[in-house]
Amino acid sequence: MKKNLPLSSSKKTPFKHSERLVVLPFKKSLEISWQSIRVRFFRSLITTMSLVLAVSFLSFVNVNNDIANGLLSTRDTVLRETLNRFGYDLGPEDTRAESSPKMRWIVILSLLVCVVGIVNAQLMAVTERFREIGTMKCLGALDSFILRLFLLEAGMQGLVGSAMGALSGGLFSLLAAVVRFGTVVFTSISWVEVAGSLLLATGVGCFLSLLGVLYPAVVAAKMLPIEAMRVEH
Amino acid sequence: MAELRNIVRVSKVTRTFQLGKTEVLALKGVDLSIAAGHYVSIMGPSGSGKSTLFNMIGGLDKPTSGKVFIDEVDIAQLDAYELAWLRCRKIGYIFQTFNIIQVMTALENVTLPMIFAGVNNDAAVEKGIQLLKLVGLGDRFRHKPSELSGGQQQRVAVARALANDPAIILADEPTGNLDLTTGEEIISLLKSLSRERNVTIISATHDIKMLNVSDQVVWIRDGRIERIEDRAELSISVGQIDTRT
Repeated sequence: MKKNLPLSSSKKTPFKHSERLVVLPFKKSLEISWQSIRVRFFRSLITTMSLVLAVSFLSFVNVNNDIANGLLSTRDTVLRETLNRFGYDLGPEDTRAESSPKMRWIVILSLLVCVVGIVNAQLMAVTERFREIGTMKCLGALDSFILRLFLLEAGMQGLVGSAMGALSGGLFSLLAAVVRFGTVVFTSISWVEVAGSLLLATGVGCFLSLLGVLYPAVVAAKMLPIEAMRVEH
Repeated sequence: MAELRNIVRVSKVTRTFQLGKTEVLALKGVDLSIAAGHYVSIMGPSGSGKSTLFNMIGGLDKPTSGKVFIDEVDIAQLDAYELAWLRCRKIGYIFQTFNIIQVMTALENVTLPMIFAGVNNDAAVEKGIQLLKLVGLGDRFRHKPSELSGGQQQRVAVARALANDPAIILADEPTGNLDLTTGEEIISLLKSLSRERNVTIISATHDIKMLNVSDQVVWIRDGRIERIEDRAELSISVGQIDTRT
């Protein structure tokens, strides 16, 4: 006895594959992940904090360079002296200031530490939400839905966190420069370069946030729906 | 119409689990047919293979050998997309621990499966409100799960299970975390739903209260079906107990 009736008894027409596909519209996934961040605001804040700090450091260093370049472009020898006094290693002929290799290493290290922090925090978040993920899967969610929700969440956290970090780092750098060199900073600086530095820092931050969530999100997406049925907490 | 259609058919199913180096045989060849529209309870002590069988029927686990048919479709043949579709449209799940998604309101929980099924948002909201009214939570659909009692959360879960008009509702110990009266309310709600909407309800349970409403009780022991009792036999046996006492 072998019959292959269509699953739906009311519709006798043979189904097309597209009719039998579960969907999650992009707008809805955006809504769900936004809500998820809002409800777990404190948790999201902690996840984002390491990113904010690392990105603000990156933007601080870059904006510092922009300021130094602005000051150098005035060709004022006194300012050049002051710059050297504050740790820039400038020869008498140099027209561009660059961060020292040591500084670059510190920035890279801080970004690495930040990624590890994000991976850790997101793995915790996945463990906390095992039941929620399992339930969603029982309701028909595909692996890709879960992946998308986590990536969207991390993307939003990354965007807001790194924008905040970039702005605060830039502001702090400008403030420190005004205290050291006076208002000449504002007239000599190239604002295009500052904007570029801030954008770069924000972009790097977003990328790191997504990089950090990738592994935890895959773990979450691969979870079996049977986990939701388990009773123990 | 007189002939009952089998919505679930389990044929010679075995399932082994690898525990360390030893193999554990959780199901040792189970045959079972469940007719559409019936209210079936699966009873058995813990470790009897009850949950394993239950997960098979729900498409959450695949048999080591044998076949599970849901609406005459072999679930082992389905790919991940079709399985997700089956979970979304054909089966509604109710859990012992309610498993309401905590960050969403009652209404959002109920509409989520409909969104997955491709229903547009307004229609989903309208139907969600209607379903919440049906389970007696008409005025609480904006509430978060944390603002609802256990019984109310389970009602939300019932409404959610009904969202896509499934053919089968799988309830895993639905009264396990509820007190006596709330448990009875949920049971009678499930019973009336199965009658009115012709939904097949399959529940794994320890709860004796469930027996009274079941059309069929499947007793599982040690990975095999010990016996299957129909409603008629059940009332006779209950009657006998009555006369003895």
